[in-house]
Amino acid sequence: MRLPRWFYLLGSPPFVYGLAGKVAPWLGVVTCVLLAVGGYWGLVVAPPDAVQGEVYRVLFIHPQIAYVSVMAYVVMAFAAAVGYVWRMKLAYAVAATAAPIGASFTACALATGSLWGRPTWGTFWQWTDPRIMSETLLLFLFLGYLALRAAFEDRDKADRVSAILAVVGVVDVPIIHYSVIWWNSLHQGPSIMKLDKPSIAPEMLTPFLIMVVAFTTCFFWLLLNGLRGEIVERERDTRWIRQLVEGTGG
Amino acid sequence: MSEFLRMGGDGAYVWSAYGVTLAVLALNVWWARRRHQSALERAKASARDERVSKRPSVRQIQ
Amino acid sequence: MAPFLTIVLRDVRIAVRRLGEAANPLLFFVIVTTLFPLALSPSADEMREVGTGVLWVSALLSSLLALEGLFRSDADDGSLEQLMLSPVPLGVTVLAKIAAHWLITILPLIALVPILALSYSMPIAALPTMFYALLLATPTLSVLVALGAALTVGLRRGGAIVGLLVLPLTAPLLIFGTRATDFGLHEEPSAGPLYLLAALAALALALGPVAIAAALKVGIE
Repeated sequence: MRLPRWFYLLGSPPFVYGLAGKVAPWLGVVTCVLLAVGGYWGLVVAPPDAVQGEVYRVLFIHPQIAYVSVMAYVVMAFAAAVGYVWRMKLAYAVAATAAPIGASFTACALATGSLWGRPTWGTFWQWTDPRIMSETLLLFLFLGYLALRAAFEDRDKADRVSAILAVVGVVDVPIIHYSVIWWNSLHQGPSIMKLDKPSIAPEMLTPFLIMVVAFTTCFFWLLLNGLRGEIVERERDTRWIRQLVEGTGG
Repeated sequence: MSEFLRMGGDGAYVWSAYGVTLAVLALNVWWARRRHQSALERAKASARDERVSKRPSVRQIQ
Repeated sequence: MAPFLTIVLRDVRIAVRRLGEAANPLLFFVIVTTLFPLALSPSADEMREVGTGVLWVSALLSSLLALEGLFRSDADDGSLEQLMLSPVPLGVTVLAKIAAHWLITILPLIALVPILALSYSMPIAALPTMFYALLLATPTLSVLVALGAALTVGLRRGGAIVGLLVLPLTAPLLIFGTRATDFGLHEEPSAGPLYLLAALAALALALGPVAIAAALKVGIE
């Protein structure tokens, strides 16, 4: 089976390094524009909520960050699996780059969630809320991945072992998600109702969706950005890196 | 304007949430840049070492 | 089948020879379960309420203690390499080691549960459901513990992070196991979570050994 040329190019570190360098700035511009538009829309233009008043405006950042944090784990696990199966260093590099970004997004989701919870539920933290529990466990999954990577001196071993952990984790993520929802359905807590918006007004839906796209683009911008540093780090003693740094007056 | 900042009394929460988010994004950008720069610097140092010591450290097989 | 049994029997025999080591997780289980009333100062009713959770968490933590025996001691004296080089498929070897771990560590733990449950004022009628839940949850637990051991087998101080790696993955087990036990306690139907535990066990036993074998191959190089 003849594989298309771009398949091989995607396995070439210098190619991906250059491509990321060209694409990332554009993603950055798109991200900033979308964040600005969505942020302005959500903070200024959208009307106050009937139930929550002004505080509901966290709706335009918290669910999006939480969603992207889960997506980050899936991207990380997928990249790690590709790296494991096809022995692609670059795929491992993507996974390694995605991990800290995903972990920080998860922490951010927990922080924004609890800042939203304090004025609405009356408490910063509610263990029995399924989303807090899921997201907290996701944070531990990210930290476990990072800790396992860090424990190995040999980068190749670290890549492969953490890939196994990531794949097991990604299988467990939906299991954890649904088990926690089931667990919570046994309590009759009012907590679910606050964050569940069964019908969202159109003036709020548009900025909501804009921010979804904004944060997704943001993740891929950060991913490509971080990937370049990861590639240089991994390819430090190669000819093309030598040429790259000496060419800039090294 | 001050009504906008107050956010119906919960201004602290809303603005902290937005602030934390911006901080996390900025942190990610800064950290990626720093990593990239230091990786390039380490590569330069490695190249300099090779030139000085005349000992090849470039991997022949990639 | 024969190699499977051979490996299981070998591990059990080694554990019997080192009974003190094998008893560690059990002692840990009892001690932790003892510490909770000290810390909580519960009334008799509160004891019953927290009993389920305390016993399950203690069992979970105790099962981590038998890690060393799973792969590391074999890795240290080279016998793990021999097992990996043998014509027996590594998945079978792994399953055998998991079965041995379950017999040596988990089964005695489960045997201790009735006494501890009674000490927590849990009614005898609640025990069968708790047994079923434990019997269905612990195979998956053994698989996850073995995975943690395999991922860190190449590390000198791997034991430190195994908790971080394994415990988040066990959350669904904890959820379904404790809810099933509580349903049994309150004489409500517990078939739902028990079936889910069975499903997880099937998934873990089918796919777990593949991941564990892969991790061992990386770790022992």
